[in-house]
Amino acid sequence: MAQEYRVLLEYADKINPESASDYIKVGGYKGLEKARSMNPKDLTEEVKKSGLRGRGGAGFNAGMKWSFVPQYPETKYVVCNLDEGEPGTYKDRIICQKNAQALLEGMAICGYAIGSNQGYIYCRGEYPFVVELLKNAIGNAKESGALGEFNIEVRMGAGAYVCGEETALIESIEGHRGEPRFKPPFPGVEGLWRMPTVVNNVETFACLPFILTKGAEWFAGIGAKSYPGTKVLTLTGDIENATYFEVPTDYLLRDVIYELGGGVKGGKKLKAVQVGGTSGAFIPPQNLDTPIDFDSMGAIGAALGSGAVFVMDETRDIVDIVNRIAKFFEHESCGQCTPCREGTFHCKEIMEKINNGRGSLKDIENLKVLTRVMVKASLCGLGQAAPIPITSTLTHFEYEYLRKLM
Amino acid sequence: MDIKLTIDGKEVVVPQGTMLIDACRQAGADIPTFCYDPDLKLAGSCRMCVVQPKGWRNLVASCVTPAQNGMVIETDSPDVIESRKVVLELMLSRHKLTCHTCEKDGECNLQDYCYRYGVTESRFDGKVHNLFKDDSNPFIERDYDKCIMCTRCVRACDEITGARAINIMDRGHHAKISTAFDGELVDSPCVFCGQCIMVCPVGALTSKIAAGKGKAAQNDKVLTTCTYCGTGCTLELNVKNDKIVGVTSNRDPELSPVNRGALCVKGRFGWDFVNSPERLTTPLIKENGEFREASWDEALGLAAEKIKGIKEQYGPDSLSMFSSARITNEENYLAQKLMRAAIGSNNVDHCARL
Repeated sequence: MAQEYRVLLEYADKINPESASDYIKVGGYKGLEKARSMNPKDLTEEVKKSGLRGRGGAGFNAGMKWSFVPQYPETKYVVCNLDEGEPGTYKDRIICQKNAQALLEGMAICGYAIGSNQGYIYCRGEYPFVVELLKNAIGNAKESGALGEFNIEVRMGAGAYVCGEETALIESIEGHRGEPRFKPPFPGVEGLWRMPTVVNNVETFACLPFILTKGAEWFAGIGAKSYPGTKVLTLTGDIENATYFEVPTDYLLRDVIYELGGGVKGGKKLKAVQVGGTSGAFIPPQNLDTPIDFDSMGAIGAALGSGAVFVMDETRDIVDIVNRIAKFFEHESCGQCTPCREGTFHCKEIMEKINNGRGSLKDIENLKVLTRVMVKASLCGLGQAAPIPITSTLTHFEYEYLRKLM
Repeated sequence: MDIKLTIDGKEVVVPQGTMLIDACRQAGADIPTFCYDPDLKLAGSCRMCVVQPKGWRNLVASCVTPAQNGMVIETDSPDVIESRKVVLELMLSRHKLTCHTCEKDGECNLQDYCYRYGVTESRFDGKVHNLFKDDSNPFIERDYDKCIMCTRCVRACDEITGARAINIMDRGHHAKISTAFDGELVDSPCVFCGQCIMVCPVGALTSKIAAGKGKAAQNDKVLTTCTYCGTGCTLELNVKNDKIVGVTSNRDPELSPVNRGALCVKGRFGWDFVNSPERLTTPLIKENGEFREASWDEALGLAAEKIKGIKEQYGPDSLSMFSSARITNEENYLAQKLMRAAIGSNNVDHCARL
């Protein structure tokens, strides 16, 4: 039977996440020690070799990302993306609340690899208690001497979803409007205050100590080959066990729902599951036997994203749910580029029309054209991903739309 | 280092670091733009200039994407055309379509591109936001119901003038251009230079002074030099039926080498005196308490004679010269020369010294 495999969360609730000494007792900061005994180049190679890919949603090879950082500028930054704004996602909060020191250690490891002594954690505005926790954890780690020269500052967001996009996050730390920058230049070359910056997700950083202590081969051997390691998933919606789990990445979606999740609430049938947060695709029951790793999810037109698993039972109204999602994106678009600024608004308008029984086939046609252009022409990931709930439900649940038309 | 790429089947060689838009234009492709302005920082946000690099998942905005060696670019693939059309439709859906009375009619990018792509109406029912700003200032009309959010005005205000009077307020579909706290321009750092009008690609920002006197596209344009100060900015007079009906500026560095299009409030808006009946058009000489018209020769001769007379009777230091910033450095030089060498006094001063 499929089981959880806890690496990041092995000592959850057994250690005080704020305490460096608690963490050190269970083997903490050994990874940083090992990293600092290595040549920074070899360290980056080691991380590359582990196959660790970004856990925030884009799935980019972490070591590869670091290798783009030029050596010559003296000032460089390590930024941790804790702007966990994707609805249904709370794994970064869990990692902080259970094992905050692993995040700090991971950031220091990255800092050593790229030659940076300054880290920032950008924390979602709705998590003030996590800010407190992290500040205490940083103070404690600095006091213990475990971080050495590496400093970490916590910055708080103000509630904008788009600030989870790395360049908007950087703009926000700099004190500007949370609007994504166009790329290139990528943050690795020109990021925070125009200096080379590595932005990684909480979970990505938290994997690093374990990769260093247990070895890149060990990590590369867990789960799916192309996206190795474990993944913390958060289950929400019509599911018996609406909680978090850490699983190897070759874990099947079916097992997430029926083994760990305990099945659909009340023994009802499953209608759809949305993986990766609100911008994720709706997956129909026939695709449940797919491993949750990045590429396997991509192959069925979905995305692992942040690892949120939102379960909908047979009684749920897909069009109504997508309508609510469209409202969310209309609210969260930053307003910079035309396809997203106007597109998210019109997606919401059309979805509302259909949901209220005033839509026609023409509206569905317009929705298809509009979402196609948003995906292809938007400036950042928000506008490119916002239409996915619409397009995926039009593919798998078109009948739900058709029965609501005039 | 030069790089080679293929655009619409044509091979193009450009220096490394060239943006795709310039490479495409070099290949003869006409790339439509709204937010792109070569005099301003890049925004990459209107998404009108998208092109299709072969093998890439998405379209790219050519204004912010550097050309890469070996790229194969299509500037008019079906995806590109569809995307541009939808962007235009999205803009139209919130645009107040009053082209018949719009000052920009005839030189409006939105109009031109809709014509080019055959976009007669939008498939997306929108509503005009009622963002018209009833701003009491006498110079700049702010009709944001025509605004397409290209942010060129914001960047021009910051980067050319340095006033930073306007920026973006609110987010998403509700984003709009505003001063701090959405007030009037007069309560902002605005200096009414009108650079925002100059860069606006549509009719959202227009001159109140020129309103209703003639659409810019239909006026004759005459280049001249501003007489308000010694800087010597190039003005572009808008002339209709031999009357000045407006001032715009020309950004061509060859034609407008001093100011490259930038003007101040006086140059751009202070021209309505030209047609005033109270304007002096000839020298006047006062005789027996009454002014009479005179020729320049007569007037200058009289002035010279009087100056000579004063100098003879009271000495050169009884005269002084007060010069003006409205004339050039060279003319100011000549003025002091006249005073020192011809009249023989050091009593020279200038308004800019006060």
